[in-house]
Amino acid sequence: MTTTRDDAVLGYDEALAQFDPVMGLEVHVELGTATKMFCGCATTFGAEPNTQVCPVCLGLPGALPVVNAKGVESAIRIGLALNCQIADWCRFARKNYFYPDMPKNFQTSQYDEPIAFDGYLDVEIPAESGEGTETYRVEIERAHMEEDTGKSLHVGGSTGRIQGAEFSLVDYNRAGIPLIEIVTKPLVGAGHRAPEVAKAYVSALRDLLRALDVSDVKMEQGSMRCDVNLSLRPKAGEDPTSDAQLAVPMGTRTETKNVNSLRSVEGAVRFEVCRHAAVLTSGGSILQETRHWHEDTGITTSGREKSDAEDYRYFPEPDLVPVAPDAAWVEELRATLPEPPAQRRKRLQGEWGYSDLEMRDVLNAGAVELIEETVAAGATPQAARKWWLGEPARRANTQATDLVTYADQVGLTPSQVAELESMVVAGRLNDKMARQVLEGVLDGEGGPTQVADARGLELVQDDSALEGAVEKVIADNPDIAEKIRGGKVQAAGALIGQVMKEMKGQADAGKAREMILAKLGAA
Amino acid sequence: MGPRRAHRLARMPDLSRDDVAHLASLARIDLEPQELDRLVGELDQVLGAVAQVQEAPIEDVEPMSHPMPLVNVTRPDEVRPSLTPEQALAGAPLAEEQRFSVPRILDEE
Ligand SMILES: [Zn+2]
Repeated sequence: MTTTRDDAVLGYDEALAQFDPVMGLEVHVELGTATKMFCGCATTFGAEPNTQVCPVCLGLPGALPVVNAKGVESAIRIGLALNCQIADWCRFARKNYFYPDMPKNFQTSQYDEPIAFDGYLDVEIPAESGEGTETYRVEIERAHMEEDTGKSLHVGGSTGRIQGAEFSLVDYNRAGIPLIEIVTKPLVGAGHRAPEVAKAYVSALRDLLRALDVSDVKMEQGSMRCDVNLSLRPKAGEDPTSDAQLAVPMGTRTETKNVNSLRSVEGAVRFEVCRHAAVLTSGGSILQETRHWHEDTGITTSGREKSDAEDYRYFPEPDLVPVAPDAAWVEELRATLPEPPAQRRKRLQGEWGYSDLEMRDVLNAGAVELIEETVAAGATPQAARKWWLGEPARRANTQATDLVTYADQVGLTPSQVAELESMVVAGRLNDKMARQVLEGVLDGEGGPTQVADARGLELVQDDSALEGAVEKVIADNPDIAEKIRGGKVQAAGALIGQVMKEMKGQADAGKAREMILAKLGAA
Repeated sequence: MGPRRAHRLARMPDLSRDDVAHLASLARIDLEPQELDRLVGELDQVLGAVAQVQEAPIEDVEPMSHPMPLVNVTRPDEVRPSLTPEQALAGAPLAEEQRFSVPRILDEE
């Protein structure tokens, strides 16, 4: 096993001048069912180790699995949303391997009879012209049902109970949680936009799964995980979609495992393009292998070579009977599908009155759902956009994460953003104070009202303080006051600034203006 | 995606010593050289018996993976009680931190 971190890489543009990338993406999604796929154990995330296990998911002798009806339903809905055919008859299969994360010594999966197959998902990427978007169709090979594995904690010799030995400590709470694996066909024709297409696909898939309400799709918690396959082939001209290019045989691929953020999906594709190109241009050949992605350094390193460890000896699962979805039921489920995300975005842009540019920023920030929920909680679309795309988006970007994940981590919710905006509308906060409150919320000081209370941020509602400041400023600036009396209302701006200064920002500028004009008889 | 693909397994070529060693490594079983030699012979006999079964006339018989002609046996998505961690770990040769303690597999990070 080699784990060199100093693989040579070619510059991305240089690589793309000579090669055409082909990708394949495998996404595993943990379903949000209450129970596991084949037993009634709960699926609560973060439970104490080995508290959600039973004879079935521990693989104890004689235990019999029974399929979770909701798991099948979710699988079919995902298949339908991905424009797939739904199998009228399919089976589960045993994928045999000996590894401690699977106590049964096999994973119950599907092999040559997936429940859904032959679909597609259209994804949008910003057009190269800079205006509008381009659509790339990702062809879906299959979506099949399987189960998750247990979680290992590796313990070194120094901390283990037995001196000098190295152990893995295994928690089987996750073993048996329903998974859907969604596999694309080889993605060709993306050319130099391959990394963007990969990211856009995973992002669109995440939006779709969230809209379907089948999973919480939290990449950082592992409920959605991505494996990236990549190969290069010689370039046959400038058009990656030309017949000549499509006719070029594909190169040897590598599979980068556990790429678990949108940014990393893009990064892993880009890195592997550059690494493959360096190997190929120096006369080497690509080793078909599994690679590990390193989130911190943005590189991949060699894992195990594809070898006999991949010899899974699949066979039909004898403990489970076939799944044969009734056609009428499938049509019923089709009727429950949410509006397709692309169509939905167009509708929302219209409803919100956003310009193309504003909508593009919202899409790039991945803020559509957040804004939708914020608007539903009472904020105006412009206010929702302003707050989400401000400090939260900036911090998410600094922390190399996406807005949804970031908001989730710091606990910022759409209803809090709506609450913040309502405090501005009610005149309790001005814009500057609201920004400070939002920063407090992001810093974990509590909800908007709590932060405003704790930090003493509140526009002075008692007019006497404001009145005092206005009178002082008028007295200090007799020349300007005279101009305003004479009808030069625009001169009030200079006085408002000074009043705000007197009030240390804790005043409503609109009210200060009204008061100045009233006192000088110019209202 | 036809579900009922009838196919007959090709007659397995004779089992080699390498085949048995490969199977043993997949099953993570350590075998001594003399055990390998013995198992090549024994497994070959088993394969011979299976080959005999394969000679049955099955042209008109649909492949079957389950003895009962049932489909769609499912349960509602309702939580049932799990074992306690003590019960779950009762059969474990080693446990630590309420987890199963197993020899570390070195080819993963
Ligand atoms: Zn269980």
